[in-house]
Amino acid sequence: MTENARTADAAFVEFAHVQKSYDGETLVVKDLNLDIGKGEFLTMLGPSGSGKTTCLMMLAGFETATHGEIRLGGRPINNIPPYKRGIGMVFQNYALFPHMTVAENLAFPLEVRHIGRTEREAKVARALDMVQMGAFGGRRPAQLSGGQQQRVALARALVFEPELVLMDEPLGALDKQLREHMQFEIKRIADNLGITVVYVTHDQTEALTMSDRVAVFDDGRIQQLAPPDVLYEEPENSFVAQFIGENNTLVGVVREINDGVALVELDDGELIDAKPVNVTRPGERTRVSIRPERVEFNKARLQPGAHTLKAEVLEFIYMGDIFRTRLRVAGNDDFIVKTRNAPDQRRMQPGEQIEIGWLPTDCRALDA
Amino acid sequence: MSDITRNDGPTGPMLAADGTPLKRSLARSLRRQKLRALMLIAPLLVFVLVTFIAPIADMLFRSVENQIVSETLPETVLALRDWDAKAGSLPEEPVFAALAADLQAAVAAKTHTRLGSRLNYENSGISSLFRKSGRDVGKWDMTTDGPFREKFIEIDKGWGDIGVWQTIKTYSPRYTPGYFLNAVDLAKGVDGIEARAANERIYITLFLRTLWMSLTITASCLILGYPVAWLLANLRASSANVLMILVLLPFWTSLLVRTSAWKVLLQQQGVINDLLVWIGLVGDANRLVMINNQFGTILAMTHVLLPFMILPLYSVMKTIPPSYLRAAKSLGATDWTAFWRVYFPQSVPGIGAGSILVFIIAIGYYITPELVGGTKGVFISNRIAFHISSSLNWGLGAALGAILLVAVLLLYWAYDKIVGIDNVKLG
Amino acid sequence: MTLKTFLLASSAAALSVGAAAAEDLTFVSWGGAYQASQLKAYAEPYMAANPGVNIIWDESSNEAVAKLRAMNEAGNVTWDLVDAEGPDSQRLCDEGLAMEVDFDAALAPAPDGAAASADFGDSLINSCFIPQIVFSTTFGYRSDVAAWNGKEPDSLCAIFDTETFPGKRSLEKRPKKNLEWALLCDGVAKEDLYTVLDSDDGLDRALAKLDTIKDDVIWWTAGAETPQRLADGEVVMGSTYNGRLFSVIVEQKQPVKMLWDWQVFDFDGWIVPAGLPEDRLNRVMDFLHFATDTQRLADQAKYISYGPARASSQPLVSTHADLGVEMAPHMPTNPANQKNYLVNNIEWWADNQDAMESRFQAWLAQ
Repeated sequence: MTENARTADAAFVEFAHVQKSYDGETLVVKDLNLDIGKGEFLTMLGPSGSGKTTCLMMLAGFETATHGEIRLGGRPINNIPPYKRGIGMVFQNYALFPHMTVAENLAFPLEVRHIGRTEREAKVARALDMVQMGAFGGRRPAQLSGGQQQRVALARALVFEPELVLMDEPLGALDKQLREHMQFEIKRIADNLGITVVYVTHDQTEALTMSDRVAVFDDGRIQQLAPPDVLYEEPENSFVAQFIGENNTLVGVVREINDGVALVELDDGELIDAKPVNVTRPGERTRVSIRPERVEFNKARLQPGAHTLKAEVLEFIYMGDIFRTRLRVAGNDDFIVKTRNAPDQRRMQPGEQIEIGWLPTDCRALDA
Repeated sequence: MSDITRNDGPTGPMLAADGTPLKRSLARSLRRQKLRALMLIAPLLVFVLVTFIAPIADMLFRSVENQIVSETLPETVLALRDWDAKAGSLPEEPVFAALAADLQAAVAAKTHTRLGSRLNYENSGISSLFRKSGRDVGKWDMTTDGPFREKFIEIDKGWGDIGVWQTIKTYSPRYTPGYFLNAVDLAKGVDGIEARAANERIYITLFLRTLWMSLTITASCLILGYPVAWLLANLRASSANVLMILVLLPFWTSLLVRTSAWKVLLQQQGVINDLLVWIGLVGDANRLVMINNQFGTILAMTHVLLPFMILPLYSVMKTIPPSYLRAAKSLGATDWTAFWRVYFPQSVPGIGAGSILVFIIAIGYYITPELVGGTKGVFISNRIAFHISSSLNWGLGAALGAILLVAVLLLYWAYDKIVGIDNVKLG
Repeated sequence: MTLKTFLLASSAAALSVGAAAAEDLTFVSWGGAYQASQLKAYAEPYMAANPGVNIIWDESSNEAVAKLRAMNEAGNVTWDLVDAEGPDSQRLCDEGLAMEVDFDAALAPAPDGAAASADFGDSLINSCFIPQIVFSTTFGYRSDVAAWNGKEPDSLCAIFDTETFPGKRSLEKRPKKNLEWALLCDGVAKEDLYTVLDSDDGLDRALAKLDTIKDDVIWWTAGAETPQRLADGEVVMGSTYNGRLFSVIVEQKQPVKMLWDWQVFDFDGWIVPAGLPEDRLNRVMDFLHFATDTQRLADQAKYISYGPARASSQPLVSTHADLGVEMAPHMPTNPANQKNYLVNNIEWWADNQDAMESRFQAWLAQ
């Protein structure tokens, strides 16, 4: 459904050549171009200082773009003050007003819109019910737990029925279990209401589970903008490969590229096959990236003639659903292999010498 | 826990492992801790007691204490008991004889002039009456020189004035409400409490003036200080530090210097008037009167007390995250609504703390009003200072001070009722 | 109030810590030029003659009455000698805070052998007070006021004549002297002043006269204010102590002139705190004998323009030590300056101070 919504409409939110500098010397956002479709759940993911929060604040209207244009529903909003933008926002520490009750907090956006008392109360009740907080209207924020405050903050951002909701690391202060629960909750509500969500986080799991698309930020630029599965399986550069999920890296030089397969000579002289992603010519240095779960021990499953590497088992960790094995491969002591805890799966012993390989499509030769 | 409860069954008191009741055992283990804590605060406790509680207690005592009359004239006070002050006739000879005996002892102890000074506060002229009489009475022979009534009136016809005797009788008890009555423009007469003549009333006016001027000063400190505190709390650290130094700068300058600087600025031949005349805004003949009046006092004291408003405000504002304002705006509130509905209510504890601080300091101030207040800009404290250091009427000074103290406590109580004192935060 | 009591108590405590050592004498005076003149005329010669004695100065004379009472109540008087004005000395004497002195026994006779009490004469205003100087409260006026059309005041009553002499006046924020001046200019004869003031409507009459210039008056509480205001042009005339005017006119050479008409004489002198221990008392009395002899009192006038309180000192007044100005014309006691004068009626004011003060303050507050 969201997929359809995204493709059907023209972009709902647009960043066009947006730049931002605080000090006039360095750019924290460098030429940002981003279209967000109506009803889309888009996550801005990146390490701190990557520019993602600045982008969100520019969209909310708390920061002005130094250059470029931001459009909402086709209308430029650079000069529209935040309170006229009609964008809901959930803050990192919720920013619930401590001197108001939960119900008053929710009524606030309705009051400033001059909505009548009866309608206001109905909307507040509905919004509280939506986040299962119906019984807490009379409490003060300080009397609620972190998770409850989170729900109230969400309800407050939604109660005036905005079409766009921004969330700035809204789950950062919760413990792991609650966080996972809330991820689904937020996703569910967003889908039900059909609202557009721009979500900022530095937690990649969160980004992957919730989003329609993820924009990975680094150094003021979007490094890759893609749906979660594409992002995970087909990272377009080594930053994204490193940042999203666990990843094994081997460094070497491209020797030849044939039929969409690159032959890479690792620094210790061994040869492997990889899929060239952003290497184009032989002689280029490259970082080869392989996901831990895509490494194969069983030669039989590999393509005939595939290159294999010798590996020494350094450590075996039993983790319940999976086994995690640390290997020394081509001089890299941190090469991780994850295997499913299946009845036929072998448990490797430290010191064992084995051979490993992979499908060339799972091994991506990226920029060095 | 389960070990302890198992020992004694469900009904008896909780026992510790060695069988002593748990409560006693706990008290013993805490006693040492409490003792140590007490030792730590002992210096402060003693300090507060000596420098704060004791002077206030002393002040309260002085405001009603009146032992000097019955101690200096014990016989006379006794003899006067039967005299009817309202009858309109002078006391009889036994009273004068008692006075002669008392005065002789007082002259020997050199306390008669002191009593004269005390009674002179209530009735002008008694001071010299006692001083003059002391010289002669000291030489009298008590056994042979009687009767004394005519002799006293011979020394000074003041002794023939019923008013003098009424004053002595009225003020003969060891404790008197007289100082307090004086402090609210009343007087204790023979017929009880009576109002002072209209042209002698001053203290009620001064109390009211002190209150409203202190309120005005508090309000102007708030109006001027709020934006400054807001800037302090929201500027970048480096700029905030510079601003903070500017705010604290007055603290490093002597109060007298600051107040004198206002004189130079505000007087009619002062800097501001010169400037206004020079740019033609004010004619040379119509220079503004900005000092030696209430305006001068309010201005100078606002300046002096501003930091006391800014600092508590700042420390409270510092704790209000900027995200509240952003949240309010994102919810559709204009800048003003966001400030008024969200930011301002959260800064109320700082406003409360700053206002209480400024108001209480202002209400007891006297140096600045004395220097720039002229006649209409002086406070009750200026009269208190006068009675303490100049007229030596410490009893009246103490009564005025006690009333001021009660007024402050009352306001504090009212504030607690209206706003709530736990809603005050100094940081 | 609480603060004040606390300050009194703590200053008494602080002083008791630094209680005088064996040969120390603690003198209390007014600070400034006046204290300096005492240092030059009395203390330095005395210390030169008595090398063992060290004189310590405390500049708290303007709070001396209250402080002395606080010390007395605390039972620890650390001052040996206090410089006080006549009225303050009366209060201290009445309160039993100052010691009574036998003048003829304690003070040096005049060079011609006349007893001290005769030589000091009227300046011995009470039995505790050892006079040093005669000072007067009088008026100064600016000599360059354009609005006066070249006229200059020659009588006290110019202060009430705002038609001829427009401009602000500086008067002391106390009833004393102002009431007398008001009545004098309202036609009351000098000898009737206090009879009128004693009567029911006398005070009303004085206040009514002051009412006519109330809007033109800036009130002062410290002696330095009038000279400063005159120098700034903030007032055109004002009352202050004659020594202050001397320094504005002669030392600072400001366009200010002096109006001696109806100057009010006052005395300033020493009092010895009551209850000093024998040894300290002896040292103080030795100093007093030295410092109040005829020559020493005349010497003080070299440093400040106040007249010596002894009759025998008058002819010995010479020139100012630094300026070389002949000092006699600047003395309040100079016959040329004494055509009309009042003497501070300490006895009457001691009785009526409180009543007058409350009426006067109520009038001011109206």
